[in-house]
Amino acid sequence: MDKLEYKNIIKKLKSIVTKVGDMFGETMIGKFLGKNKQVLLIRSMISNNIRQYGMIFALIVIMIFFNYQTGGVSLYPLNISNILLQNAHILILAVGMLIVILTGNIDLSVGSVAAFVGAIAGIMMIRNDYHWSISVAAALSIGLMAGAWNGFWIAYIKIPAFIVTLGGMLIFRGLTLVVLKGASLGPFPDEFNSISSGFIPDIFGGDGLHILTIVIGILFSLGYIYYAYTGRRKKQKYGFDVAPVWMTVFSSTFIIVALNLFTFTLARYRGFPNVSIILFIVIIIYAFITTKTVIGRHVYAMGGNYEAAKLSGVKTKKVMFLIYVNMGLLAAISGLVYAARLNAAVPKAGNLFELDAIAAAYIGGASASGGVGTVIGAIIGGLVMGVINNGMSLMSLGIDWQQVVKGLVLLLAVWFDIATKNKAK
Amino acid sequence: MNEYILEMRNITKEFPGVKALDNVNIKVKKGEIHALVGENGAGKSTLMNVLSGVYPYGNYSGDIYYNGEICKFNGIKSSEKKGIGIIHQELALIMYLSIAENIFLGNERSTRGIIDWDKTRSKTVELLKRVGLNENPGTLIKDIGVGKQQLVEIAKSLSKNIDLLILDEPTSALNEEDSQNLLNLIVELKSHGVTSIIISHKLNEIEQISDSITILRDGKTIESLDMVKDKVDEDRIIKSMVGRELTDLFPKRNAKIGETILEVKNWNIDHPMYERKILNDININVKSGEVVGIAGLMGAGRTEFAMSIFGKSYGKNIEGEMFLHGKKVDFKNISQAIKHGLAYVTEDRKNLGLILINDIKRNVTLSNLDRVRQGIIIDENKEIVEVEEQVKSLTIKCSSILQKTKNLSGGNQQKVVLSKWMFTNPEVLILDEPTRGIDVGAKYEIYTIINQLAEAGKAVIVISSELSEVIGMSDRIYVMSEGNITGELDKSEATQEEIMKLIVSEKVGVSS
Ligand SMILES: Nc1ncnc2c1ncn2[C@@H]1O[C@H](COP(=O)(O)OP(=O)(O)OP(=O)(O)O)[C@@H](O)[C@H]1O
Ligand SMILES: [Mg+2]
Repeated sequence: MDKLEYKNIIKKLKSIVTKVGDMFGETMIGKFLGKNKQVLLIRSMISNNIRQYGMIFALIVIMIFFNYQTGGVSLYPLNISNILLQNAHILILAVGMLIVILTGNIDLSVGSVAAFVGAIAGIMMIRNDYHWSISVAAALSIGLMAGAWNGFWIAYIKIPAFIVTLGGMLIFRGLTLVVLKGASLGPFPDEFNSISSGFIPDIFGGDGLHILTIVIGILFSLGYIYYAYTGRRKKQKYGFDVAPVWMTVFSSTFIIVALNLFTFTLARYRGFPNVSIILFIVIIIYAFITTKTVIGRHVYAMGGNYEAAKLSGVKTKKVMFLIYVNMGLLAAISGLVYAARLNAAVPKAGNLFELDAIAAAYIGGASASGGVGTVIGAIIGGLVMGVINNGMSLMSLGIDWQQVVKGLVLLLAVWFDIATKNKAK
Repeated sequence: MNEYILEMRNITKEFPGVKALDNVNIKVKKGEIHALVGENGAGKSTLMNVLSGVYPYGNYSGDIYYNGEICKFNGIKSSEKKGIGIIHQELALIMYLSIAENIFLGNERSTRGIIDWDKTRSKTVELLKRVGLNENPGTLIKDIGVGKQQLVEIAKSLSKNIDLLILDEPTSALNEEDSQNLLNLIVELKSHGVTSIIISHKLNEIEQISDSITILRDGKTIESLDMVKDKVDEDRIIKSMVGRELTDLFPKRNAKIGETILEVKNWNIDHPMYERKILNDININVKSGEVVGIAGLMGAGRTEFAMSIFGKSYGKNIEGEMFLHGKKVDFKNISQAIKHGLAYVTEDRKNLGLILINDIKRNVTLSNLDRVRQGIIIDENKEIVEVEEQVKSLTIKCSSILQKTKNLSGGNQQKVVLSKWMFTNPEVLILDEPTRGIDVGAKYEIYTIINQLAEAGKAVIVISSELSEVIGMSDRIYVMSEGNITGELDKSEATQEEIMKLIVSEKVGVSS
């Protein structure tokens, strides 16, 4: 193939990518409505979130694709429930990793920390018969300490995070092997195991349909409507421009339909898995912290320009330290969830978790140089990978091909990012 | 042959939400020094980026004629090939490479991929001689001052055999001596046939060296003049730039000086890395309602002093005492200093002042999120209202407060930094080179703001290398030289000569 032809193909591919971007983006609405102030507002709202809309769209396309390929199996209530169970531990990690990546750093040790925490839990509960609650508390504190260890070297001694956490990866993997003496431990007591195998009880005693799950969905929908409504009202009170009513109604409807479809599907199986509750709480807390609080702002500022943030009074060392402590905590939760799912503490647990978590954050729009990314984005990124893994398994394509596809998705997602950004310039 | 080396016709360039250039025309004669002036955000840098291919063909509309032929550059490399070299507002040298390596970066002297160091060295020596820089080619960039770095940039451009050199605010980071050197060099290059386009806010420099001038305002060409034929002087330029006459460079203020707010006694600090003393027994004080200037050359220790009192953000082994309203204070970190009413507006807005990838809103509120906080939640609506207010009162030119600060022009970036610190409601405001790279109109606005702050009873410290600014603004002036205060002058006794004498006096004292 000569050079010109090759160039043309690249050009075409690029234009396809940007066109996909356009579909959600500015130009389409611009064409339909012409340019007035409201349109400009909508345009800026959309182009600011184009990456996230793009990922949601991609996720839907992928789900439809697998649904078609598997003859509908992939959207069975059982399978949706499975996707949650299979990916919760990675999604929890992805949240913490996103925050680490926001500062422009990385944490390679999370898989090993998760394994170590699982091992400690196993030893306490299985070998020494401690109550599960004490063991979980101890395991979480171990996670905090592991995070503090990383954070100390990174924030206060100023050793690059890559090196510190590479060290941590070896250290905690080694310690896991030491405490487990190289062998697996299991099974866990039922109470602990039910974290990842149990479902929330149905207090309404539905038959064949999990009523509580549906009720939760409805409650959240109402909450969302209230939030959207008061948000608008407040903005109007300040005299700001708000998006047109049809748009708010449209986007709220979309979210509420999606949410209730999801809860209804789960209800048709056995309702919310316990682990999904943990996951949702984690997502809500961290989405809130990163977007609405002072410390969230500080994290983004540090990632955008560490020195400038410091001179603005951000306590950079302390924040950096806390970010790693927090990562340790989430790694511990992830490790426990995973151990409960395997129903065993195994020396190789958590292998490559760190890379999945990092990939989730990047697919979800985080920037490697820091300062850019969202918790929701990272979750969507993690789900994209999870759905692809799950779908491919259903199609009996093994881990080997799953890895290849995951790698390609990562590249494509980041390419999409760069292509749409260049266009915005 | 054409007497014009360059003609840009009807250049229009839009960014989302702003028309940065609107049918701009400019003609540059062969072998002349052509000045390009205009207020912050007028579009000067954008125009030069169009010319040098930073914004490639297709990204703007209009035509570029170079040596009579139409050019469609698709990158810096392609404009360099034609002989156009640009030196950007921000230097683009790599700190940990040597002078020689920097000059030939991307353009290495090599045979079959292997660098020929002898050739590199001898070429570098030759180039350094041309720009009048007496340094070893092996010296690392980080070890030479900004003035010399600027000369290295020029040498780098010359190494590419250019005949049109674009300089975007080359002297904004230089002291007067270095600036003069640089200007002499540009004139010298002219005698060797190099045409230059120079962008600057220092109008006296423009008046001194340029042959013709083009003035931009709001993305439009206002006029092009011949310096000699049209008898252009500073007032003429200012009038054309701002569209009205500016009678005073410094606004008047009724100084109502009150009690001492900040006092620093016997302040000593060491370099953070090496065993070297940076400041020697510094004693200064500022009173309420007073503007105190600190004059001196670059490297005198002024920035280091300011940062060291601002929550120990610079230096090691800090010794000395500090009093706020007569009470002894000891700030352990920056946030304590801010809480006690100190604010430091840095001289390096891109690296230390702004988070360039963030919007104006986030930058303005960062130092004082408490002001827009309710419990642990940031009240974004309140934030928007407050920031809109700041943007309006400082007349920051932007498409909205959600514009990324990296897309603002230099002067508007400076205003964002300033409004960030006004947002903390400081009692002692330290401004480090507050008008660097800022146009005359905006300078006036910033001076006005400084005056308002002083009139509101705040204590203001202005660090500046521009003597006229220090003299014009201050009620009292400290002169600093090589880590020492070498003199203190009252407004009434301050003249340029007097200050220069004090700056040099210490030097003489040391060498004798
Ligand atoms: N990448 C960009 N995206 C959006 N707007 C931009 C971008 N670059 C420049 N602008 C806008 O274009 C206008 C012209 O900017 P430019 O940097 O050319 O000004 P300037 O004349 O060089 O000013 P200064 O003297 O402050 O350096 C400004 O309003 C600026 O906000
Ligand atoms: Mg500029």
